[in-house]
Amino acid sequence: MEVGVKMGMKGGGDEVGGKEKEKMGYEETELRLGLPGDGEVVRKRDFSHTVDLKLNLISTSPTDDKDKNIVPSHLDPAKPPPAKAQVVGWPPVRSFRKNMLATQKSSASEDSGEKAAFVKVSMDGAPYLRKVDLRMYKTYQQLSDALAKMFSSFTIGNCGSQGLLKDFMNESKLMDLLNGSDYVPTYEDKDGDWMLVGDVPWEYASLYLIISSTTLTALLLLNFQSFFPNQKNSFNDRMMFIESCKRLRIMKGTEAIGLG
Amino acid sequence: MNYFPDEVLEHVFDFITSHKDRNSVSLVCKSWYKIERYSRQRVFIGNCYSISPERLIARFPGLKSLTLKGKPHFADFNLVPHDWGGFVYPWIKALAKSRIGLEELRLKRMVVSDESLELLSKSFVNFKSLVLVSCEGFTTDGLAAIAANCRFLRELDLQENEVDDHRGHWLSCFPESCTSLISLNFACLRGEVNLGALERLVSRSPNLKSLRLNRAVPLDTLQKLLMRAPQLVDLGIGSYVHDPFSEVYNKLKIAIQRCKSIRSLSGFLEVAPHCMSAIYPICGNLTFLNLSYAPGLHGNKLMKLIQHCRKLQRLWILDCIGDKGLGVVALTCKELQELRVFPSDPFGAGNAAVTEEGLVLVSAGCPKLNSLLYFCQQMTNAALITVAKNCPNFIRFRLCILDPVKPDPVTNQPLDEGFGAIVQSCKGLKRLSLSGLLTDQVFLYIGMYAEQLEMLSIAFAADSDKGMLYVLNGCKKLRKLEIRDCPFGDAALLEDVGKYETMRSLWMSSCEVTLGGCKSVAEKMPSLNVEIIDECEQMEFNLDDKQKVDKMYLYRTLVGHRKDAPEYVSIL
Repeated sequence: MEVGVKMGMKGGGDEVGGKEKEKMGYEETELRLGLPGDGEVVRKRDFSHTVDLKLNLISTSPTDDKDKNIVPSHLDPAKPPPAKAQVVGWPPVRSFRKNMLATQKSSASEDSGEKAAFVKVSMDGAPYLRKVDLRMYKTYQQLSDALAKMFSSFTIGNCGSQGLLKDFMNESKLMDLLNGSDYVPTYEDKDGDWMLVGDVPWEYASLYLIISSTTLTALLLLNFQSFFPNQKNSFNDRMMFIESCKRLRIMKGTEAIGLG
Repeated sequence: MNYFPDEVLEHVFDFITSHKDRNSVSLVCKSWYKIERYSRQRVFIGNCYSISPERLIARFPGLKSLTLKGKPHFADFNLVPHDWGGFVYPWIKALAKSRIGLEELRLKRMVVSDESLELLSKSFVNFKSLVLVSCEGFTTDGLAAIAANCRFLRELDLQENEVDDHRGHWLSCFPESCTSLISLNFACLRGEVNLGALERLVSRSPNLKSLRLNRAVPLDTLQKLLMRAPQLVDLGIGSYVHDPFSEVYNKLKIAIQRCKSIRSLSGFLEVAPHCMSAIYPICGNLTFLNLSYAPGLHGNKLMKLIQHCRKLQRLWILDCIGDKGLGVVALTCKELQELRVFPSDPFGAGNAAVTEEGLVLVSAGCPKLNSLLYFCQQMTNAALITVAKNCPNFIRFRLCILDPVKPDPVTNQPLDEGFGAIVQSCKGLKRLSLSGLLTDQVFLYIGMYAEQLEMLSIAFAADSDKGMLYVLNGCKKLRKLEIRDCPFGDAALLEDVGKYETMRSLWMSSCEVTLGGCKSVAEKMPSLNVEIIDECEQMEFNLDDKQKVDKMYLYRTLVGHRKDAPEYVSIL
């Protein structure tokens, strides 16, 4: 499941210490640039140095010690290469090709929204499975509504006063409730793992579908986190869920703890 | 030789078709020069600023086909500012005024306006062929003029141009009377096309051999087009997305099977991998397969496709094929001569999916390999030495490691020895692009062994002027040298300025050459144009000769300074 990897780039501030150490070793072995007859030793221009120069991150003084972050990535095999600052014209790929690939990528993610994404839904104990088209729903809430309707014949009664709803905004209380409930929705992703529905932020709405042990009714909780009102982000997240979701299964809450 | 009548000599010269040979012929004596120039029909001009249209017209009155190249190669990678030059309009204007019966125009990296295309379309009755590669400045309106006015048009070939697409009416501008098309390539256009007009055009073009569609042409139209043109030799598929269980897809399968002449396949600009089995029947005949714009095709589906292509001579692919996929290529494509592996994600955080392993596999399995463009994650000296041993026939060897100063990851050494092995083994090497950690040593090897080298591209390499000097002194056949971000300064630049007259051009950017050094070259060699490209206009305020020059482009020319340079270009 690629969710965790998508959020932010690896590497960052914690690498400074390691890089200092590496840098010292590098300096000792590096080749020095010197024009014939030139007594001054000038530091060899390397790619990262050039990058930082071009971005005006460091001064052009050759003996500047402040350039802590210019150790080339190839010297640090344990850590993945940090996101490369872009030097003009590298790698040498024609602009036409770059633009074409970029266009194809962005429309590929749009295109995947056009095909139907039917997934099987099973409910433990129910005698048969159902199918839903995930494209039909814009939020987890709508999906939940539909699921609730689909499996309503297996549920009894009603729960849910407003007061109870407010409690569910609190995640720890939610976990308590989950401990006590019988059914939560899970899904199987492309790797074959059963995941709790709602882990992937869908328009930054977290959905907790709970069927209480006594009433076996779907109780909806919607917790909008509007940190990122950017429409584009949420579209991608929804696509990510739709693309990775292969199947839905409404399972007992007690079984679901430890999945999240 | 004097007692041969001119017509006999002319007949003999007819058999001499290569530009180089014809140029040599014209140098033998005055009589041969005269006969050659009147009989010459095809002219190639590698740098449009090396000669003027007027002189071209004066020397070759029988000109029918002209090839022109404009901007320097590094313009492809955004190193040359937008309006630097390379305008085709003056050429077309001059040719239109003359009595030249132009039939073919092939342009690369030039600025082509709609006005030029319109003038072109109206000025030459027998105009037959327009090929534009990596050009810009025109819209589909210009194409409409070509379509409407060139009554005997045979070829309209647009490769990787930036075209402002005003959408599809240009195809409808081909008149009903136009039935002469042999080649139509509009794959680079981004907009919609009139599908009905396209179908009708293909229907009335019985000689159509090459058809490359853009992304806007869907699969059902493709099926109809193939039914009307089973004689196609070269096909570029636009959109290849459909439900594999539909009637249309079945019809497509039948249509493809009828196309027994297809030898070249490209496109798949949009692809549904599960539909690829329809292509299998024609794969066995393919000699050229270009999937470098098909990021949707990878993994098993891609490998399965390649396994059907046993006769492949040229393969262009994305690096998502992976080392494993290249292993499949090595096992299947025993006739392979040219391989190009492009990066599918040049700036992503992810790494290129091919390494030195893929290249070694291909070199072992494909002994006829002679042309390579390879974007990869890493390379080792050992791998390059093995490749050099397996494939001594390289004519073109272009390696691009995505981190351009990366050493051999196994030994942490520079890649000098690896590239040294390549130049020593491949005695016919004409074009070389280097990358990875490289010292002056690799240039020593290049100077010593690369006797046939004509074009060399260097980036982020070398330690001192010695590197450049080794190359300039050693490579006698060098024509084009392009360098960026290397510590080469005035000492190297000025060592042998006469050398530059034997070359087409020299590009140096982000090196150590100074304004004074460039001025010195310009003074000593009046037959060269020495251009300083200074976008930040630093030069204006600081005319100190010791100032380092950001971008210098020098080239030989017979016609002195060009008049169309923008403000930020100074010609010394």
